[in-house]
Amino acid sequence: MAFLDRGARSLLLSELVSGLWLTLRYMFRQPVTVNYPYEKGPLSPRFRGEHALRRYASGEERCIACKLCEAICPALAITIEAEPRDDGSRRTTRYDIDMTKCIYCGFCQESCPVDAIVEGPNFEFAAETREELFYDKAKLLANGDRWEAELAQNLALDAPYR
Amino acid sequence: MDEFFTGYVWPTAITVAEVLAIIVPLLLAVAYLTYAERKVLAAAQLRKGPNVVGAFGLLQPLADGAKLLFKETVIPSGANRVVFVAAPILTFVLSLIAWAVIPFDAGVVISNINVGVLYLFAISSLGVYGIIMAGWSSNSKYAFLGGLRSAAQMVSYEVSIGFVIVSVLLCVGSLNLSDIVEAQSGAWGAISWYWLRLFPMFIVFFISALAETNRSPFDLPEGESELVAGFFVEYSAMTFALFYLGEYANMILMSAMTSILFLGGWLSPVPFAPFTWIPGPLWFALKIAFVLFCFLWVRATFPRFRYDQLMRLGWKVFLPLSLGWLVLTAGVLVATGTLPQ
Repeated sequence: MAFLDRGARSLLLSELVSGLWLTLRYMFRQPVTVNYPYEKGPLSPRFRGEHALRRYASGEERCIACKLCEAICPALAITIEAEPRDDGSRRTTRYDIDMTKCIYCGFCQESCPVDAIVEGPNFEFAAETREELFYDKAKLLANGDRWEAELAQNLALDAPYR
Repeated sequence: MDEFFTGYVWPTAITVAEVLAIIVPLLLAVAYLTYAERKVLAAAQLRKGPNVVGAFGLLQPLADGAKLLFKETVIPSGANRVVFVAAPILTFVLSLIAWAVIPFDAGVVISNINVGVLYLFAISSLGVYGIIMAGWSSNSKYAFLGGLRSAAQMVSYEVSIGFVIVSVLLCVGSLNLSDIVEAQSGAWGAISWYWLRLFPMFIVFFISALAETNRSPFDLPEGESELVAGFFVEYSAMTFALFYLGEYANMILMSAMTSILFLGGWLSPVPFAPFTWIPGPLWFALKIAFVLFCFLWVRATFPRFRYDQLMRLGWKVFLPLSLGWLVLTAGVLVATGTLPQ
């Protein structure tokens, strides 16, 4: 009987027809596509995207040139030079991140004692040339000014887990 | 001078107009078949498909065409230039000239020849040459293997397609495509078409048509995941586009053949008033679209055959089956005395 059963199944193409029926039903389901440039998926507060240097509410930059981020960076993407400012406080004169080297591990923001260098929620910073991805201090501070609202919110949301 | 005009210029103009009246809609249909394919596959995979260029992505085929038009045609240094360029042209031309005998309505056909089926069969067999020429002249092992596979596959399945067509011809008693459609008209509409009367042959024909047009699940010649693109790996820009156009025009042609042989051509599926008012060409187009949808549906569903499975199916299953059914059809027709004279 098993022989007859198998023969009938293969002659009547039952497996093929059930497969076709399955794909036909799928054609009427709602697509799961996130229509990317117009729609975006949700991001975690811990998302590690483009870097930014933050400021205090007074406008003073947070970074104190401790160079912990430079030391911990596994990709050697960060370069810092520092000297005392006229008022005697220690500040960076140069803070570069080579975004083509960065592996987005987030060690820099973990090591930072003053929450100065952070990785923000922005992941759309593709550029047409390599040079545009060699970020300097001005670019990083500008990023911080641009994303401060989101950065502060993400830090606040993640704070209970630290 | 007057005779020159009526005897030569005017008939030529009419023929050119007829040819354009078929080729222009056909090429549009090819363009939108690629769009439909992407949309159907997307729907089956819960995706959206092209939706950015124009409303619902409707201008996508034009964008693709423009892209191919402006690309550089690369001819490999080791290739045989003449054959390399001739192959896509041959494929494209062959896929177009077959349409000369396709009837779109009673009497609406460029050339109503009495051996229409034979002509179609001959043209679709010639299609192998374009592929062999492309595979051989590219001077590349992938293209060569793709060409060999394709030739072997198309020859194998042509045999069973031939027997299926002969069993239809036995029922009709004519090789004229218009006669084949007329023979299917009956009081029962869709029930009296040949798809039901010759049911297993209808399925065999459809599956063989998939193999004949190198469509999934029989797309081994192209096998983009193993042979990169089979016989047309080395082609780019317009030469590539001509292969693509030819392949899709062949799909539409095989769908048209399926519609004529088994689905009653331009006949209405329900032979009474409101439906018979719909013009025949529209019914014909709808049937072609349905068969094409089945092509895409099959592609969305089944994985590719292995090459030995393909050959086994062609020679050990379809050939005996279609031959046996041919003998059975002939026997029944003779026994019941309904064999057309």
